[in-house]
Amino acid sequence: MSVRIQVTINGQSREAEVEPRTLLVDFLREHLQLTGTHVGCDTSSCGACNILIDGQSAKSCTMLAAQVDGSEIITVEGLAQNGNLHPIQEGFKEEHGLQCGFCTPGMMMTAVDLLNHNPDPSESEIRHALEGNFCRCTGYHNIVRSVQYAAKKIRESKKEAVA
Amino acid sequence: MIPAKFDYERAGSVDEALTMLAQHGDSAKILAGGHSLIPAMKLRLNQPGVLIDIGRIKELRYIKDGGDHVAIGAGATHDDILNSDHFGGGLEMWTEAAGMIGDPQVRHKGTLGGSIAHADPAADWPAVLLASDATIVVKGSGGQREIASSDFFTGFYMTDLQDGELILEIRVPKPPAGSKSSYQKFMQPASRFAIVGCAAVITMDGGSCSRARVGMTGVADGPYRATNVEDALTGKSLDEGAVESACADAAEGQSVMSDHFASEGYREHLARVYAKRAVMAAS
Ligand SMILES: Cc1cc2nc3c(=O)[nH]c(=O)nc-3n(C[C@H](O)[C@H](O)[C@H](O)COP(=O)(O)OP(=O)(O)OC[C@H]3O[C@@H](n4cnc5c(N)ncnc54)[C@H](O)[C@@H]3O)c2cc1C
Ligand code: FES
Ligand code: FES
Repeated sequence: MSVRIQVTINGQSREAEVEPRTLLVDFLREHLQLTGTHVGCDTSSCGACNILIDGQSAKSCTMLAAQVDGSEIITVEGLAQNGNLHPIQEGFKEEHGLQCGFCTPGMMMTAVDLLNHNPDPSESEIRHALEGNFCRCTGYHNIVRSVQYAAKKIRESKKEAVA
Repeated sequence: MIPAKFDYERAGSVDEALTMLAQHGDSAKILAGGHSLIPAMKLRLNQPGVLIDIGRIKELRYIKDGGDHVAIGAGATHDDILNSDHFGGGLEMWTEAAGMIGDPQVRHKGTLGGSIAHADPAADWPAVLLASDATIVVKGSGGQREIASSDFFTGFYMTDLQDGELILEIRVPKPPAGSKSSYQKFMQPASRFAIVGCAAVITMDGGSCSRARVGMTGVADGPYRATNVEDALTGKSLDEGAVESACADAAEGQSVMSDHFASEGYREHLARVYAKRAVMAAS
């Protein structure tokens, strides 16, 4: 059996025939070559595979591609706009929020979800929001700073837009 | 890891899901948030022939005030419960427990119906339902029926749910005036499942406890109401000493689990400590 799905990924509509057992992360990586979304644990624990589905962060290794038929998805490839880094990407760069970079796409997608709902999070709120994302390199401090950097940058650009 | 092959059907309504269930019989399994089922299928611990996806059924996803109770659709996610303002007046433990489940991504997808149907002995909701005297509304080809939570959870990953039945709603009676509640857990640090969790609803009347409900999870092979603790609390003024002695037998009569996270003796100790913490926080 195969199922037909239509998804909007990073603003582009895509249609595909998939086997029901195709995991969403494999659909992104193998079928669409969107390899920015990583597979870390493959057991729903590490958050390396986090993406946004209809505005909410979710683990793409724990979902079927068939489940997201009709949804809007944003992956790390969809963050930069017109060649300009997203503030969260800039934050990770400026604050040294990564070492090996394996956890980074998932971290950024979780952080974007947080900042969409809470533009001015406290340090503790940031740490709680990242509780499903594991990093084996950084010790998390610079990741928290990266998120704070992005939060500030987004707030400032909104103020400028109003002024 | 890739699950074994299966067929996939998406139900648009409760009636459609029930028809699909009746049609496929034993080979079918319901897929809600998938956050217990998909990991199990990836490990091939579970190999259903057909998945019936109920994740998009709008009529199953709600939280509403039913007058003397709060009605929660089986498809409400942990995150829906966390962000709902229906859980005041003695039902605070619902919000507390929701916020302690897994991580934000698990809470976005996992549902209340899925959690109780799965009946993991370390899941949080079963303790909360027991302490709430909640009723579970289910429907199958034989019609609709209501199950008291104390009859619903029957053991290790076991419930009273029959083949072909779908959970529709969880009804949570509003506790009497003067009630407070709390959920406290000692969590497995990686998954955040409960090694021991306790939900307590305490009603005070003029300085003494007039009603107590204590639900435990993680301790034994299934969740249970610690009725001996409830009886020992009732009629007492709940100072720390009284609570501590009432909670001393929180694991009594249970077949206490032992695994690489906690030995039997340690779990019994944690049951006492967490029962006391939940009761103190609710009184
Ligand atoms: C990393 C991780 C951490 C977690 N941490 C915790 C935790 O700390 N505490 C905790 O309690 N849980 C935890 N969970 C489990 C999580 O809460 C699950 O989402 C939940 O147990 C199952 O809900 P679901 O909607 O995902 O169900 P599914 O996985 O879709 O289904 C589970 C079972 O229930 C059946 N089912 C689903 N809905 C219905 C229905 N309406 N009627 C009848 N049968 C139904 C399915 O057929 C299946 O057998 C964790 C999960 C993960 C992956
Ligand atoms: S790869 Fe999905 S949570 Fe680790
Ligand atoms: S930077 Fe290496 S795992 Fe996070």
